[in-house]
Amino acid sequence: MYNFEFVKPASIAEATAALESDGAQALSGGQTLLPTMKQRLAAPDVLVSLTGIAEMQGVCLGDVGLHIGAATPHAVVAREAAAHYPALAKLAGGIGDPAVRNRGTIGGSVANNDPAACYPSAVLASGATVVTNRRRIAADDYFQGLFTTALEEGEFITQVLFPIPQKAAYVKFNQPASRFALAAVFVAKFADGVRVAVTGASNGGVFRWAEAEAALSANFSADALAGLSVDADDMISDLHGTAAYRANLVKVLTGRAVSAA
Amino acid sequence: MTKISMTVNGKSVSAEAEGRTLLSGFLREGLGLTGTHVGCDTSQCGACVVHVNGKPVKSCTVFAHDVAGANVTTIEGMANADGSLGVVQQAFQDHHGLQCGFCTPGMVMSSAALLAENPKPTETEVREYLEGNICRCTGYHNIVKAVLAASGQSVAAE
Ligand SMILES: Cc1cc2nc3c(=O)[nH]c(=O)nc-3n(C[C@H](O)[C@H](O)[C@H](O)COP(=O)(O)OP(=O)(O)OC[C@H]3O[C@@H](n4cnc5c(N)ncnc54)[C@H](O)[C@@H]3O)c2cc1C
Ligand code: FES
Ligand code: FES
Repeated sequence: MYNFEFVKPASIAEATAALESDGAQALSGGQTLLPTMKQRLAAPDVLVSLTGIAEMQGVCLGDVGLHIGAATPHAVVAREAAAHYPALAKLAGGIGDPAVRNRGTIGGSVANNDPAACYPSAVLASGATVVTNRRRIAADDYFQGLFTTALEEGEFITQVLFPIPQKAAYVKFNQPASRFALAAVFVAKFADGVRVAVTGASNGGVFRWAEAEAALSANFSADALAGLSVDADDMISDLHGTAAYRANLVKVLTGRAVSAA
Repeated sequence: MTKISMTVNGKSVSAEAEGRTLLSGFLREGLGLTGTHVGCDTSQCGACVVHVNGKPVKSCTVFAHDVAGANVTTIEGMANADGSLGVVQQAFQDHHGLQCGFCTPGMVMSSAALLAENPKPTETEVREYLEGNICRCTGYHNIVKAVLAASGQSVAAE
Protein backbone atom coordinates (compact mmCIF):
# COMPACT_ATOMS: atom_id res chain seq x y z
CA MET A 1 0.00 0.00 0.00
CA TYR A 2 1.31 3.50 -0.81
CA ASN A 3 1.76 5.78 2.16
CA PHE A 4 -0.53 8.76 2.86
CA GLU A 5 -1.18 11.39 5.46
CA PHE A 6 -3.77 10.32 8.04
CA VAL A 7 -6.11 12.94 9.51
CA LYS A 8 -8.99 12.46 11.93
CA PRO A 9 -11.25 15.50 12.19
CA ALA A 10 -13.68 15.89 15.11
CA SER A 11 -16.50 17.68 13.27
CA ILE A 12 -18.32 17.70 9.92
CA ALA A 13 -16.98 21.21 9.25
CA GLU A 14 -13.37 20.09 9.76
CA ALA A 15 -13.91 16.99 7.60
CA THR A 16 -15.41 19.15 4.83
CA ALA A 17 -12.29 21.32 4.84
CA ALA A 18 -9.94 18.31 4.91
CA LEU A 19 -11.74 16.62 1.99
CA GLU A 20 -11.34 19.71 -0.17
CA SER A 21 -7.59 19.17 -0.51
CA ASP A 22 -6.27 17.47 -3.67
CA GLY A 23 -6.00 13.69 -3.40
CA ALA A 24 -8.03 13.48 -0.18
CA GLN A 25 -10.42 10.57 0.38
CA ALA A 26 -12.90 9.68 3.13
CA LEU A 27 -12.25 6.65 5.35
CA SER A 28 -15.07 5.19 7.41
CA GLY A 29 -14.87 1.58 8.65
CA GLY A 30 -12.21 0.74 6.07
CA GLN A 31 -13.65 -2.72 5.41
CA THR A 32 -13.83 -1.98 1.69
CA LEU A 33 -11.26 0.80 1.32
CA LEU A 34 -8.33 -0.93 3.07
CA PRO A 35 -8.41 -4.01 0.82
CA THR A 36 -8.73 -1.66 -2.18
CA MET A 37 -5.68 0.33 -1.07
CA LYS A 38 -3.68 -2.85 -0.46
CA GLN A 39 -4.32 -3.75 -4.09
CA ARG A 40 -3.29 -0.19 -5.04
CA LEU A 41 -6.65 0.35 -6.70
CA ALA A 42 -6.96 3.44 -4.50
CA ALA A 43 -3.98 5.59 -3.52
CA PRO A 44 -5.14 8.72 -1.67
CA ASP A 45 -2.58 11.33 -0.59
CA VAL A 46 -4.64 12.20 2.47
CA LEU A 47 -7.02 9.86 4.23
CA VAL A 48 -9.73 11.59 6.25
CA SER A 49 -11.17 9.32 8.93
CA LEU A 50 -14.83 10.01 9.67
CA THR A 51 -14.94 7.75 12.72
CA GLY A 52 -14.06 10.46 15.26
CA ILE A 53 -17.04 12.73 14.49
CA ALA A 54 -19.67 12.51 17.23
CA GLU A 55 -22.40 14.09 15.00
CA MET A 56 -22.05 11.14 12.60
CA GLN A 57 -22.53 8.37 15.18
CA GLY A 58 -25.60 6.62 16.48
CA VAL A 59 -29.25 5.76 15.86
CA CYS A 60 -32.16 7.97 16.97
CA LEU A 61 -35.80 8.72 16.20
CA GLY A 62 -36.41 11.98 14.33
CA ASP A 63 -38.93 13.73 12.07
CA VAL A 64 -38.36 11.39 9.08
CA GLY A 65 -38.33 8.19 11.17
CA LEU A 66 -35.11 6.43 12.08
CA HIS A 67 -32.04 8.68 11.68
CA ILE A 68 -28.68 6.90 11.48
CA GLY A 69 -25.30 8.64 11.60
CA ALA A 70 -23.20 7.68 8.58
CA ALA A 71 -20.26 6.48 10.68
CA THR A 72 -22.41 4.11 12.77
CA PRO A 73 -21.07 0.54 12.55
CA HIS A 74 -23.34 -2.27 11.37
CA ALA A 75 -23.23 -3.93 14.82
CA VAL A 76 -24.63 -0.79 16.47
CA VAL A 77 -27.45 -0.52 13.92
CA ALA A 78 -28.24 -4.22 14.45
CA ARG A 79 -28.65 -3.56 18.17
CA GLU A 80 -30.17 -0.08 18.30
CA ALA A 81 -32.57 -0.22 15.34
CA ALA A 82 -34.10 -3.51 16.51
CA ALA A 83 -36.96 -1.99 18.50
CA HIS A 84 -37.87 0.59 15.80
CA TYR A 85 -37.16 -0.98 12.42
CA PRO A 86 -36.52 -4.74 12.88
CA ALA A 87 -36.02 -5.52 9.17
CA LEU A 88 -33.25 -2.92 8.97
CA ALA A 89 -31.64 -4.21 12.17
CA LYS A 90 -31.72 -7.75 10.80
CA LEU A 91 -30.07 -6.61 7.56
CA ALA A 92 -27.26 -4.89 9.50
CA GLY A 93 -26.79 -7.97 11.71
CA GLY A 94 -26.39 -10.20 8.63
CA ILE A 95 -23.56 -8.26 6.94
CA GLY A 96 -20.28 -10.19 6.77
CA ASP A 97 -19.21 -11.44 10.22
CA PRO A 98 -19.02 -9.91 13.73
CA ALA A 99 -15.57 -8.36 13.22
CA VAL A 100 -16.63 -6.75 9.92
CA ARG A 101 -19.82 -5.45 11.57
CA ASN A 102 -17.83 -3.78 14.36
CA ARG A 103 -15.91 -1.62 11.84
CA GLY A 104 -17.99 -1.37 8.64
CA THR A 105 -20.47 1.53 8.56
CA ILE A 106 -23.71 2.42 6.84
CA GLY A 107 -22.17 5.53 5.25
CA GLY A 108 -19.29 3.55 3.76
CA SER A 109 -21.63 0.92 2.38
CA VAL A 110 -24.07 3.43 0.85
CA ALA A 111 -21.19 5.52 -0.58
CA ASN A 112 -19.53 2.49 -2.10
CA ASN A 113 -22.76 1.16 -3.71
CA ASP A 114 -21.35 -2.31 -4.34
CA PRO A 115 -23.86 -4.20 -6.54
CA ALA A 116 -23.90 -7.03 -3.95
CA ALA A 117 -24.10 -4.87 -0.81
CA CYS A 118 -27.05 -5.08 1.60
CA TYR A 119 -27.74 -1.48 2.72
CA PRO A 120 -28.50 0.04 -0.71
CA SER A 121 -31.62 -2.16 -0.92
CA ALA A 122 -32.90 -0.90 2.45
CA VAL A 123 -32.22 2.72 1.52
CA LEU A 124 -34.05 2.36 -1.81
CA ALA A 125 -36.97 0.25 -0.51
CA SER A 126 -37.53 2.58 2.44
CA GLY A 127 -37.43 5.68 0.25
CA ALA A 128 -34.76 6.98 2.62
CA THR A 129 -33.00 10.33 2.39
CA VAL A 130 -29.22 10.46 2.11
CA VAL A 131 -27.92 13.53 3.93
CA THR A 132 -24.50 14.88 2.97
CA ASN A 133 -22.34 17.77 4.15
CA ARG A 134 -23.96 19.79 1.33
CA ARG A 135 -27.58 18.65 0.72
CA ARG A 136 -30.29 15.99 1.04
CA ILE A 137 -30.67 13.40 -1.72
CA ALA A 138 -33.73 11.17 -2.19
CA ALA A 139 -32.86 7.45 -2.54
CA ASP A 140 -34.46 7.36 -6.00
CA ASP A 141 -31.97 10.00 -7.22
CA TYR A 142 -28.99 8.75 -5.25
CA PHE A 143 -28.14 5.32 -6.75
CA GLN A 144 -26.85 5.66 -10.32
CA GLY A 145 -25.57 2.19 -11.20
CA LEU A 146 -22.66 -0.05 -10.26
CA PHE A 147 -20.40 1.73 -7.71
CA THR A 148 -21.90 5.03 -8.91
CA THR A 149 -23.87 7.51 -6.82
CA ALA A 150 -24.99 11.15 -6.86
CA LEU A 151 -22.09 12.09 -4.53
CA GLU A 152 -19.80 14.75 -5.96
CA GLU A 153 -16.11 15.43 -5.39
CA GLY A 154 -15.50 16.32 -1.74
CA GLU A 155 -19.08 15.49 -0.74
CA PHE A 156 -19.66 12.90 1.99
CA ILE A 157 -22.64 11.27 3.69
CA THR A 158 -23.34 12.44 7.23
CA GLN A 159 -26.66 10.69 7.94
CA VAL A 160 -29.27 8.41 6.41
CA LEU A 161 -32.92 9.08 7.31
CA PHE A 162 -35.30 6.11 7.06
CA PRO A 163 -39.10 6.44 7.04
CA ILE A 164 -40.37 3.46 9.05
CA PRO A 165 -42.70 1.18 7.05
CA GLN A 166 -45.78 -0.61 8.44
CA LYS A 167 -44.24 -3.95 7.50
CA ALA A 168 -40.89 -4.89 6.00
CA ALA A 169 -38.45 -7.74 5.54
CA TYR A 170 -35.05 -8.35 4.01
CA VAL A 171 -34.24 -11.77 2.63
CA LYS A 172 -30.67 -12.44 1.53
CA PHE A 173 -29.36 -15.44 -0.36
CA ASN A 174 -25.71 -15.60 0.76
CA GLN A 175 -22.84 -16.21 -1.58
CA PRO A 176 -21.25 -18.60 0.93
CA ALA A 177 -17.59 -17.71 0.34
CA SER A 178 -17.83 -13.91 0.40
CA ARG A 179 -20.96 -13.71 2.59
CA PHE A 180 -22.22 -10.92 0.30
CA ALA A 181 -25.63 -11.27 -1.38
CA LEU A 182 -25.88 -13.56 -4.41
CA ALA A 183 -29.25 -11.85 -4.59
CA ALA A 184 -31.32 -10.19 -1.89
CA VAL A 185 -34.65 -8.39 -1.71
CA PHE A 186 -35.96 -5.71 0.64
CA VAL A 187 -39.75 -5.32 0.71
CA ALA A 188 -41.31 -2.36 2.56
CA LYS A 189 -45.06 -1.73 2.90
CA PHE A 190 -46.12 1.87 3.56
CA ALA A 191 -49.64 3.33 3.89
CA ASP A 192 -49.36 4.65 0.30
CA GLY A 193 -47.90 1.55 -1.33
CA VAL A 194 -45.20 -1.11 -1.40
CA ARG A 195 -41.58 -0.65 -2.45
CA VAL A 196 -39.39 -3.58 -3.53
CA ALA A 197 -35.62 -3.15 -3.94
CA VAL A 198 -33.29 -5.84 -5.29
CA THR A 199 -29.53 -6.07 -4.71
CA GLY A 200 -26.86 -8.55 -5.78
CA ALA A 201 -28.63 -9.45 -8.98
CA SER A 202 -28.32 -6.74 -11.60
CA ASN A 203 -25.42 -5.41 -13.68
CA GLY A 204 -26.94 -1.99 -13.04
CA GLY A 205 -26.69 -2.34 -9.24
CA VAL A 206 -29.60 -1.98 -6.83
CA PHE A 207 -32.99 -1.48 -8.53
CA ARG A 208 -36.74 -1.29 -7.82
CA TRP A 209 -38.93 -4.05 -9.22
CA ALA A 210 -41.88 -1.95 -10.41
CA GLU A 211 -44.22 -4.82 -11.44
CA ALA A 212 -43.92 -6.45 -8.03
CA GLU A 213 -44.53 -3.12 -6.32
CA ALA A 214 -47.78 -2.63 -8.26
CA ALA A 215 -48.99 -6.19 -7.62
CA LEU A 216 -48.10 -6.07 -3.92
CA SER A 217 -49.66 -2.63 -3.43
CA ALA A 218 -52.95 -4.14 -4.63
CA ASN A 219 -52.58 -7.40 -2.69
CA PHE A 220 -49.78 -7.77 -0.11
CA SER A 221 -49.31 -11.52 -0.37
CA ALA A 222 -46.72 -13.79 -2.01
CA ASP A 223 -49.50 -15.11 -4.31
CA ALA A 224 -49.73 -11.68 -5.95
CA LEU A 225 -46.35 -12.39 -7.60
CA ALA A 226 -47.54 -15.61 -9.30
CA GLY A 227 -47.87 -14.27 -12.85
CA LEU A 228 -44.77 -12.05 -12.77
CA SER A 229 -41.27 -12.75 -13.99
CA VAL A 230 -38.02 -10.83 -13.82
CA ASP A 231 -36.20 -10.02 -17.05
CA ALA A 232 -32.88 -11.92 -17.07
CA ASP A 233 -31.31 -9.65 -19.72
CA ASP A 234 -29.46 -7.34 -17.37
CA MET A 235 -28.80 -9.83 -14.55
CA ILE A 236 -25.29 -10.65 -13.33
CA SER A 237 -23.99 -13.96 -14.65
CA ASP A 238 -20.94 -15.50 -12.98
CA LEU A 239 -19.66 -18.85 -11.71
CA HIS A 240 -21.95 -18.58 -8.69
CA GLY A 241 -25.15 -18.27 -10.71
CA THR A 242 -26.38 -17.58 -14.23
CA ALA A 243 -28.54 -14.58 -15.15
CA ALA A 244 -31.63 -16.82 -15.44
CA TYR A 245 -30.90 -18.31 -12.00
CA ARG A 246 -30.61 -14.87 -10.43
CA ALA A 247 -33.79 -13.65 -12.16
CA ASN A 248 -35.71 -16.58 -10.72
CA LEU A 249 -34.07 -16.11 -7.31
CA VAL A 250 -35.29 -12.50 -7.17
CA LYS A 251 -38.89 -13.65 -7.57
CA VAL A 252 -38.51 -16.43 -4.99
CA LEU A 253 -36.85 -14.10 -2.46
CA THR A 254 -39.48 -11.40 -2.99
CA GLY A 255 -42.18 -13.92 -2.13
CA ARG A 256 -40.27 -15.00 0.98
CA ALA A 257 -39.80 -11.39 2.05
CA VAL A 258 -43.53 -10.68 1.70
CA SER A 259 -44.36 -13.75 3.79
CA ALA A 260 -41.77 -12.78 6.42
CA ALA A 261 -42.85 -9.11 6.65
CA MET B 1 5.95 9.00 10.89
CA THR B 2 3.96 10.17 13.86
CA LYS B 3 3.66 8.74 17.31
CA ILE B 4 0.67 6.58 18.24
CA SER B 5 -0.29 5.86 21.84
CA MET B 6 -2.82 3.28 22.99
CA THR B 7 -3.39 0.82 25.80
CA VAL B 8 -2.47 -2.75 24.87
CA ASN B 9 -3.25 -5.56 27.31
CA GLY B 10 -3.59 -3.02 30.10
CA LYS B 11 -0.27 -1.24 29.47
CA SER B 12 0.19 2.21 27.91
CA VAL B 13 2.35 1.91 24.82
CA SER B 14 3.51 4.27 22.12
CA ALA B 15 5.50 3.88 18.93
CA GLU B 16 6.18 5.77 15.70
CA ALA B 17 4.09 4.67 12.73
CA GLU B 18 3.33 5.73 9.17
CA GLY B 19 -0.20 6.57 8.05
CA ARG B 20 -0.46 3.22 6.30
CA THR B 21 0.63 1.13 9.31
CA LEU B 22 -2.01 -1.51 10.01
CA LEU B 23 -3.01 -2.33 13.57
CA SER B 24 -1.69 -5.89 12.95
CA GLY B 25 1.71 -4.48 11.92
CA PHE B 26 1.79 -2.01 14.81
CA LEU B 27 1.23 -4.88 17.26
CA ARG B 28 3.58 -7.37 15.64
CA GLU B 29 6.46 -5.19 14.38
CA GLY B 30 6.01 -2.09 16.50
CA LEU B 31 5.41 -3.81 19.83
CA GLY B 32 6.76 -7.33 19.19
CA LEU B 33 3.40 -8.93 20.02
CA THR B 34 3.57 -11.66 17.39
CA GLY B 35 0.75 -13.73 18.89
CA THR B 36 -1.62 -11.88 16.55
CA HIS B 37 -1.30 -13.80 13.28
CA VAL B 38 -1.70 -12.50 9.75
CA GLY B 39 -3.16 -15.21 7.56
CA CYS B 40 -4.77 -13.68 4.51
CA ASP B 41 -4.20 -9.93 4.99
CA THR B 42 -7.47 -9.45 3.07
CA SER B 43 -10.05 -9.49 5.91
CA GLN B 44 -11.24 -13.02 5.11
CA CYS B 45 -9.63 -15.42 7.62
CA GLY B 46 -9.88 -13.80 11.07
CA ALA B 47 -6.44 -15.00 12.28
CA CYS B 48 -5.65 -11.37 13.15
CA VAL B 49 -8.72 -10.67 15.34
CA VAL B 50 -8.02 -8.53 18.41
CA HIS B 51 -10.38 -6.56 20.66
CA VAL B 52 -10.62 -2.78 20.29
CA ASN B 53 -12.51 -1.31 23.25
CA GLY B 54 -13.86 -4.82 23.90
CA LYS B 55 -15.11 -5.49 20.35
CA PRO B 56 -13.49 -8.00 17.98
CA VAL B 57 -12.02 -6.49 14.79
CA LYS B 58 -9.73 -7.76 12.05
CA SER B 59 -6.49 -5.95 12.86
CA CYS B 60 -5.21 -6.36 9.27
CA THR B 61 -8.10 -4.14 8.15
CA VAL B 62 -7.76 -1.27 10.64
CA PHE B 63 -5.20 1.54 10.49
CA ALA B 64 -3.23 1.89 13.73
CA HIS B 65 -3.75 5.68 13.65
CA ASP B 66 -7.53 5.22 13.55
CA VAL B 67 -7.51 3.43 16.93
CA ALA B 68 -5.03 5.72 18.68
CA GLY B 69 -6.09 6.08 22.30
CA ALA B 70 -8.11 2.86 22.26
CA ASN B 71 -7.97 -0.06 24.63
CA VAL B 72 -6.65 -3.06 22.69
CA THR B 73 -6.51 -6.68 23.87
CA THR B 74 -4.51 -9.31 22.00
CA ILE B 75 -4.02 -13.02 22.57
CA GLU B 76 -1.06 -12.15 24.84
CA GLY B 77 -3.60 -10.53 27.16
CA MET B 78 -5.79 -13.62 27.50
CA ALA B 79 -3.70 -15.61 30.01
CA ASN B 80 -4.42 -15.39 33.73
CA ALA B 81 -2.29 -13.08 35.90
CA ASP B 82 -0.12 -16.02 37.01
CA GLY B 83 0.65 -16.95 33.40
CA SER B 84 -1.65 -20.00 33.28
CA LEU B 85 -4.03 -20.32 30.33
CA GLY B 86 -7.29 -18.36 30.44
CA VAL B 87 -10.64 -20.18 30.40
CA VAL B 88 -11.10 -20.06 26.62
CA GLN B 89 -7.47 -20.99 25.93
CA GLN B 90 -7.62 -23.92 28.37
CA ALA B 91 -10.85 -25.17 26.76
CA PHE B 92 -9.17 -25.11 23.33
CA GLN B 93 -6.37 -27.26 24.73
CA ASP B 94 -8.70 -29.65 26.59
CA HIS B 95 -10.98 -30.19 23.58
CA HIS B 96 -8.30 -30.28 20.87
CA GLY B 97 -9.63 -27.06 19.34
CA LEU B 98 -6.38 -26.61 17.42
CA GLN B 99 -3.97 -28.52 15.26
CA CYS B 100 -1.36 -26.28 13.59
CA GLY B 101 -2.51 -23.38 15.77
CA PHE B 102 -2.29 -20.70 13.12
CA CYS B 103 -5.95 -19.68 13.37
CA THR B 104 -6.05 -20.09 17.16
CA PRO B 105 -5.27 -16.54 18.33
CA GLY B 106 -8.14 -15.19 16.23
CA MET B 107 -10.44 -18.05 17.22
CA VAL B 108 -9.78 -17.44 20.91
CA MET B 109 -10.32 -13.67 20.58
CA SER B 110 -13.59 -14.10 18.64
CA SER B 111 -14.79 -16.79 21.06
CA ALA B 112 -14.01 -14.64 24.10
CA ALA B 113 -15.96 -11.75 22.51
CA LEU B 114 -18.92 -14.05 21.87
CA LEU B 115 -18.96 -15.27 25.48
CA ALA B 116 -18.79 -11.69 26.76
CA GLU B 117 -21.90 -10.84 24.68
CA ASN B 118 -23.69 -14.14 25.11
CA PRO B 119 -22.44 -16.22 28.07
CA LYS B 120 -24.40 -19.40 27.14
CA PRO B 121 -24.50 -19.62 23.33
CA THR B 122 -26.07 -22.51 21.44
CA GLU B 123 -23.99 -24.52 19.00
CA THR B 124 -25.61 -22.62 16.10
CA GLU B 125 -24.78 -19.29 17.70
CA VAL B 126 -21.14 -20.35 18.12
CA ARG B 127 -20.91 -21.39 14.48
CA GLU B 128 -22.53 -18.16 13.30
CA TYR B 129 -20.28 -15.97 15.42
CA LEU B 130 -17.16 -17.72 14.12
CA GLU B 131 -18.20 -17.30 10.47
CA GLY B 132 -15.33 -14.87 9.85
CA ASN B 133 -12.68 -17.16 11.37
CA ILE B 134 -11.32 -19.78 9.01
CA CYS B 135 -9.50 -22.93 10.13
CA ARG B 136 -7.79 -25.20 7.58
CA CYS B 137 -7.08 -28.02 10.05
CA THR B 138 -9.69 -28.93 12.61
CA GLY B 139 -12.94 -29.07 10.66
CA TYR B 140 -14.37 -26.77 13.38
CA HIS B 141 -16.14 -29.42 15.50
CA ASN B 142 -13.59 -29.33 18.32
CA ILE B 143 -13.42 -25.56 18.20
CA VAL B 144 -17.19 -25.37 18.70
CA LYS B 145 -16.93 -27.91 21.55
CA ALA B 146 -14.18 -25.87 23.19
CA VAL B 147 -16.28 -22.70 23.09
CA LEU B 148 -19.32 -24.49 24.52
CA ALA B 149 -17.14 -25.99 27.26
CA ALA B 150 -15.60 -22.57 28.03
CA SER B 151 -19.15 -21.29 28.56
CA GLY B 152 -19.63 -23.92 31.25
CA GLN B 153 -21.98 -26.11 29.18
CA SER B 154 -21.37 -29.83 29.12
CA VAL B 155 -20.19 -31.23 25.81
CA ALA B 156 -20.22 -34.83 24.62
CA ALA B 157 -17.03 -36.76 25.37
CA GLU B 158 -14.80 -37.84 22.45
C1 LIG C 1 -15.39 -10.30 4.84
C2 LIG C 1 -16.34 -9.21 4.46
C3 LIG C 1 -17.67 -9.50 4.26
C4 LIG C 1 -18.59 -8.52 3.91
N1 LIG C 1 -19.89 -8.86 3.71
C5 LIG C 1 -20.79 -7.91 3.37
C6 LIG C 1 -22.17 -8.23 3.18
O1 LIG C 1 -22.60 -9.37 3.36
N2 LIG C 1 -23.01 -7.24 2.81
C7 LIG C 1 -22.59 -5.96 2.65
O2 LIG C 1 -23.41 -5.11 2.36
N3 LIG C 1 -21.30 -5.62 2.83
C8 LIG C 1 -20.39 -6.56 3.18
N4 LIG C 1 -19.09 -6.20 3.37
C9 LIG C 1 -18.70 -4.79 3.16
C10 LIG C 1 -18.85 -4.00 4.46
O3 LIG C 1 -20.21 -3.84 4.78
C11 LIG C 1 -18.19 -2.63 4.36
O4 LIG C 1 -18.12 -2.22 5.69
C12 LIG C 1 -18.90 -1.58 3.57
O5 LIG C 1 -19.14 -1.92 2.26
C13 LIG C 1 -18.05 -0.32 3.48
O6 LIG C 1 -18.21 0.39 4.65
P1 LIG C 1 -16.95 0.97 5.42
O7 LIG C 1 -17.50 1.81 6.51
O8 LIG C 1 -16.04 -0.11 5.79
O9 LIG C 1 -16.34 1.95 4.31
P2 LIG C 1 -14.86 2.23 3.83
O10 LIG C 1 -14.19 0.98 3.43
O11 LIG C 1 -14.17 3.08 4.83
O12 LIG C 1 -15.17 3.13 2.56
C14 LIG C 1 -15.74 2.60 1.36
C15 LIG C 1 -15.81 3.70 0.30
O13 LIG C 1 -16.75 4.70 0.66
C16 LIG C 1 -16.15 5.98 0.84
N5 LIG C 1 -16.78 6.53 2.05
C17 LIG C 1 -16.76 6.00 3.30
N6 LIG C 1 -17.58 6.70 4.11
C18 LIG C 1 -18.14 7.69 3.37
C19 LIG C 1 -19.07 8.72 3.64
N7 LIG C 1 -19.60 8.89 4.84
N8 LIG C 1 -19.42 9.55 2.62
C20 LIG C 1 -18.88 9.38 1.38
N9 LIG C 1 -18.00 8.43 1.06
C21 LIG C 1 -17.62 7.59 2.05
C22 LIG C 1 -14.65 5.71 0.96
O14 LIG C 1 -13.90 6.80 0.47
C23 LIG C 1 -14.50 4.47 0.10
O15 LIG C 1 -14.42 4.81 -1.24
C24 LIG C 1 -18.16 -7.16 3.74
C25 LIG C 1 -16.81 -6.85 3.94
C26 LIG C 1 -15.90 -7.84 4.30
C27 LIG C 1 -14.47 -7.46 4.53
S1 FES D 1 -5.18 -11.72 8.35
FE1 FES D 1 -6.74 -10.38 8.91
S2 FES D 1 -8.52 -11.44 8.30
FE2 FES D 1 -6.93 -12.75 7.58
S1 FES E 1 -5.58 -25.20 13.62
FE1 FES E 1 -4.55 -24.97 11.75
S2 FES E 1 -5.71 -23.42 10.81
FE2 FES E 1 -6.87 -23.84 12.54
